[in-house]
Amino acid sequence: MNGAVFLAVYQRDLRLAWRRRTEALLPVAFFLVAASLFPLGVGPDPQVLRLIAPGVVWVCALLAAMLSMPPLYAADFADGSLEQLLLAPDAGLAVAAAKAAAHWTISGAPLVAAAPVLGLLLGLPAEELPVLFVSLLLGTPVLSLLGGVGAALTLGLRSAGMLIVLIVLPLAIPALIFGAGAAVAVDAGQSASPHLSLLGALLIACLVGAPPATAAALRIAVE
Amino acid sequence: MTDSSPHGSPAAPLPALRLVDVACRRGDRLLFSGLNETLGGGELLWLRGGNGRGKTSLLRLVAGLAAPEQGQVLWGDAPARRRPDFADQLVYIAHTNALKDDLTAAESLAFLARVHGRDASASAVRAALARLGLAGRERTPTRSLSQGLRRRVALARLALETAPTLWVLDEPFDALDVAGTATLHALLAAHRARGGSVLLTSHHLHLDAQAASAGFRVLDLDLLPRGAGVVA
Repeated sequence: MNGAVFLAVYQRDLRLAWRRRTEALLPVAFFLVAASLFPLGVGPDPQVLRLIAPGVVWVCALLAAMLSMPPLYAADFADGSLEQLLLAPDAGLAVAAAKAAAHWTISGAPLVAAAPVLGLLLGLPAEELPVLFVSLLLGTPVLSLLGGVGAALTLGLRSAGMLIVLIVLPLAIPALIFGAGAAVAVDAGQSASPHLSLLGALLIACLVGAPPATAAALRIAVE
Repeated sequence: MTDSSPHGSPAAPLPALRLVDVACRRGDRLLFSGLNETLGGGELLWLRGGNGRGKTSLLRLVAGLAAPEQGQVLWGDAPARRRPDFADQLVYIAHTNALKDDLTAAESLAFLARVHGRDASASAVRAALARLGLAGRERTPTRSLSQGLRRRVALARLALETAPTLWVLDEPFDALDVAGTATLHALLAAHRARGGSVLLTSHHLHLDAQAASAGFRVLDLDLLPRGAGVVA
């Protein structure tokens, strides 16, 4: 993997996001708005809200991550930057990894930071908040990595946004189950660590598997 | 970085680019077939042909962004896509400029230089931009540059080159004014003088005069067989 390319792409993406700060805040705004719809929809019964809170937070984080996926490679593809990046020596993996890392930093990390606030809002007991936080900390990079595969596969297609969601959501189901399950386990008086361990294993698998798949999809896209 | 990097060790002569019986397909059309050509160090090959004859497709084959339908693109004596040093020695500038609207001219150029392992220091970038007549615009976002100026930023990559390499340029003269064209000609001449090779497309007629005086070789895709036309 070409380390210089990784650093250059990562720093450039952060700089671009900084130049368009309001755009970068949209996923976390969506996350907060979507999750706060639930008390309005299912009623303000604290017991019910406390039960569904981990699931709500996780599903909304999942959707927010997916919604921020389509532009990940599309802009670079359209202006010719992607071609230039892939022409650099040994660059495919570095580009895929840097893009996923940048996506997580820009869109994933704010979701992780906002999750405890949402948990409080939905009446989650204090001892479950750290678990929710850690589960998202392990889970959102999984979403960024899987989303990168989806974004690369749908590059240049017209309804890319919808397709990414359809491709990635089924793959993200394990992360959702173990992520939301961790907080639910604490609620039931059990340990959260099996869930978190599985989530960590999932993250390692995605770290190893997703960048090569993304790089291969990018090569096909520019051909 | 490996020893084969063009920047650092005194450069060995540039391997020749050899196209052996290359055919190119785009969708279900065979654009051309039976193309044999060699491009050595110090040479410039001007690729001509009507619209849709496959000029850009051929450049992308050479750059390794696409695979030929048939035949081989060789760098020295090995397929270019397998040679680890090929990516280091290639500068490909497509008809898209690969610039980001939100970055300044200097940031855009420094990013491309960094990715391709060239000197991306502020002074080198400033000098390259000045060479292309962009002094004083280093901090302008490329969004607010005109088409011609954006092209100049993209071409400023050529002014960063110090080693004999292979330049593959897709319509580099497009959108350039008279001064920009002269600068590009000077860059091309300097590059050939240090043993670099150039493959470019252009439909600008002023090259006709250059072709004779500066020793440009011409490859006309219109003269190649189209092959079977439509492939089943």
